Amino acid sequence: MNKELEGRVFPPTTPYLVGREKVREFARAVFAQSPLNHDPEAARAAGFADVVAPPTFAVVIQEAGLALLLAAPDTGIDFSRIVHGEQKFTSTRPIVAGDELTAILTVTSIKSLGGNDMITAETAISDAAGDHVVTATSVLVMRGTE
Amino acid sequence: MSDLVVGQELITGKVTLTRFSLVRYAGASGDFNPIHYRDDVAASVGLPGVLAHGMLTMGLAVQPVIDWMGDRGELVEYGVRFTRPVVVDGNGGVVVTVTAKVGAIEDDVTRIDLTVSANNQTVLGKAQVRVKLHQ
Repeated sequence: MNKELEGRVFPPTTPYLVGREKVREFARAVFAQSPLNHDPEAARAAGFADVVAPPTFAVVIQEAGLALLLAAPDTGIDFSRIVHGEQKFTSTRPIVAGDELTAILTVTSIKSLGGNDMITAETAISDAAGDHVVTATSVLVMRGTE
Repeated sequence: MSDLVVGQELITGKVTLTRFSLVRYAGASGDFNPIHYRDDVAASVGLPGVLAHGMLTMGLAVQPVIDWMGDRGELVEYGVRFTRPVVVDGNGGVVVTVTAKVGAIEDDVTRIDLTVSANNQTVLGKAQVRVKLHQ
């Protein structure tokens, strides 16, 4: 893997408009049953503009950032050898339907450990006003070729 | 919420994952890697079977905490390590169990530690949820 990737900041992703039905679909898929995830009235009564996405929904927006990383020509990343090692979400506020979200991915660390390469990518996700919503941090492990 | 003590069990949860669950998550998340729904592809890359998406396991594992917390607080951080794959049998599926305990109380943040198991093994490591509970 290209060690010079460390510190690289990728351009902002195309804004992602969070749809109410997408939130509901994702909520069903992760067995999230709170009315806040499904019922706009319940969400509004709790002070949200619309239905609230489950915490791991941010992965959908992170994915757009990771796509830029994996498509870059000089990374030395072989996608067929990549395993998802760790994931973390650090949240300022929940994602809600109607949010227009942009992701900026930064490669924060590249390490070699026992023949494997580990890349840590932090994807900062902001709303249309430019305010931070959540940062998604992935550790991807690229297995060695022996 | 000051009545919480470290080590206290807060809630448990149990979800049966089937191939249907995996296909539904693939569609909802956009992760269509065929190792999550095709036995032949999973076998061809040396896997013990069709696997649940790690992000599906992570996503469902936090739900008991969300339900327990209700409107009494908010999640500020959630992280996991993917330590073992969750093999999903084509017929019976697999039961994933979650136990949530108080891990630490740090000023206004409560750390909740999750134990997540499937097929008699823990499948996530260092699965920690940090929440801010309203006083």
